[in-house]
Amino acid sequence: MSLPSSIDATVALLESADYVADRSLATSVFLALTMGRPLFLEGEAGVGKTETAKVLASALGRDLIRLQCYEGLDAAHAVYEWNYPRQMVEIRLAEASGSVDREQISRDIYSEEFLVRRPILQALEDHESGPPVLLIDELDRTDEPFEAYLLEVLSDFQVTIPEFGTIKAQEPPIVIITSNRTREIHDALKRRCLYAWIDYPNAERELDILRRKMPECSERLSAEIVGFVQSLRDRDLFKMPGIAETLDWAAALASLDAMTLDSQTVDDTLGVLLKYQDDIARIKGTEATVLLEQLRANMATKAAAQ
Amino acid sequence: MTELGREGRLADNIMHFARALRATGIPVGPGSVLDALKAVETAGISRRDDFYWTLHSVFVHRREQLDLFDQVFHLFWRDPKLLERMLGLSLPSLAADFQDHKDPVARRVAEAMGLGDKENQPQEDELEFDMTMTFSDQESLRQMDFDDMSAEETEAARKAIARMRMSFERIRSRRLTPSSTGDHIDLRRTLREAHRSAHGIIPLHRVRQDHRPPVLVLICDISGSMTGYSRMLIHFAHALTNDRHRVHTFAFGTRLTNITRDLRNRDVDLALSKVAKRVDDWSGGTKISGCLHDFNRDWSRRVLGQGAVVVLVTDGLDRDADGGLAHEMTLLQRSSRRLIWLNPLLRWRGFEPRSWGIRTMLPHVDAFRTCHNLDSLEDLARSLSGEDRSPDEEMKRWLTAA
Repeated sequence: MSLPSSIDATVALLESADYVADRSLATSVFLALTMGRPLFLEGEAGVGKTETAKVLASALGRDLIRLQCYEGLDAAHAVYEWNYPRQMVEIRLAEASGSVDREQISRDIYSEEFLVRRPILQALEDHESGPPVLLIDELDRTDEPFEAYLLEVLSDFQVTIPEFGTIKAQEPPIVIITSNRTREIHDALKRRCLYAWIDYPNAERELDILRRKMPECSERLSAEIVGFVQSLRDRDLFKMPGIAETLDWAAALASLDAMTLDSQTVDDTLGVLLKYQDDIARIKGTEATVLLEQLRANMATKAAAQ
Repeated sequence: MTELGREGRLADNIMHFARALRATGIPVGPGSVLDALKAVETAGISRRDDFYWTLHSVFVHRREQLDLFDQVFHLFWRDPKLLERMLGLSLPSLAADFQDHKDPVARRVAEAMGLGDKENQPQEDELEFDMTMTFSDQESLRQMDFDDMSAEETEAARKAIARMRMSFERIRSRRLTPSSTGDHIDLRRTLREAHRSAHGIIPLHRVRQDHRPPVLVLICDISGSMTGYSRMLIHFAHALTNDRHRVHTFAFGTRLTNITRDLRNRDVDLALSKVAKRVDDWSGGTKISGCLHDFNRDWSRRVLGQGAVVVLVTDGLDRDADGGLAHEMTLLQRSSRRLIWLNPLLRWRGFEPRSWGIRTMLPHVDAFRTCHNLDSLEDLARSLSGEDRSPDEEMKRWLTAA
């Protein structure tokens, strides 16, 4: 599928894969696609950063190549590695067969069949369906040396393997980098990317997402869930529930056959929504009941207004 | 060096000249003093300009140092007895020379040579006499309380802080580094090297896990009761920030401000003026629990991610005594690798943790130390380097006292 030609087309494209993006994100995605620049997504955990890349790949019909970052990630795990055991067997075989042409052996064992391709190298190669989507997930988990390396790759989309040569992407891949902000990413890297901050969705958008992803929830329950989660986000919590938690909670409530929210159910399932004991202790009981009552009152006035 | 060595005077003077240069901030090591002696011996001292360029070629390494060197040279070699007299007391005539100079380089030279601007602080004559010593000798300064320091002493202390080099406790990272005694075999290097070796033996190359310094987060109280110390601590933070990669600094009085970026500026004066512009609650009240709450909510996940050591600088005298302080301290301790509390009140011999704020915070810290003079800052540096594990005992003592 070809790239979208406008921001509206981008919104539609993402929606076709059941991803409800707000205008700012859609704009960034559109610009990243048309300008061929990497897209740097930041936001709290569970707001759909990784999902953006997945959806983009599936909507555009491209391959998704994912590089999950962790501390100590190095070129051997991110770019390429030689298959050393096989190389050694090859050397041994050459020795056994009596051929000792060193040049020949070295050419043989540093050939393509001994090359183990890691995500970045895979992303630079030709793909039948067009340039793939390269998702570099949770970049904040790596250290500065890897960031510096990435900077180099992202600037010319090529990788040099000393024994083999330079591999350059015919068409640069669509690069999406995500970060949970557990540390600050260097400005030099950010400068090369288009930046988008993904915020928690507003009520309308969250309801839309819930309807698409959890059609088995009744309209009334969905509205209540969204109302409750939205009011939780106004509280002073250590970790606010993200859209991922909302969906989990909806799934939990659906599997409990809840038709509507009540304080008991909320208390019992709060662990799906909030992941810190302090937050749960604060909301559980009275606070949850108060929130529910406010929610009911709001919904009643809204219904009366219509 | 025989001739110079026998004569003695010139060698001494060159050594003192090197120290004067060092005091202005030009890094001159003992090695370059020896080089200078050798160079002077080779070039001879018959012509003044030859002598100038001889020393210049040895001591000056960067363009910024040209002016400083020039001024120090002319001031120093004008009168061979200058240094002695400077160590004795100030020279009115030279000081007068320098009062006219408005440009900062001249001021720095004058300060470095102990010719401070006396007119502004006439009442501090006694102390100033002490200070003229400090450019060559920091000892008296080391024990002095930051709060009792005069402007010039503060300046000298700042320089001492800027020169502190700290080794840090290093934590194991998952990155691998070549090592002859490593646990893992580096196949990539082994095979590559095997190509080069002509014989049939393949030497194994090894790697081990690398170590990295932990992230350091400084949270500095800048309220009224902390003024003297927090300014110095921010200097300390600046030295740290420029010394290593991952240091985050926050200042708080009534609200929390992230000043990390401002401190990245290499020039300490520029960095400090940027900080001053950003922070608008200097020397006001303190809201410890409120500011820690903000930190925990907005920043802890962003800066404490990879095993950070947190240094909290405050006297613990909280003005708004709501119940949240213990909770915020618990959160902070849990999300940091180590929480070190620096409290200048500890300088008093008879200090007891009586105040409500201190008693509340104490159970939640891993180390409790003072930070009122240069010595205590070096102690802190040592504690950060992980050499010093004794504070555990001390913590127990503090906790029983509380």
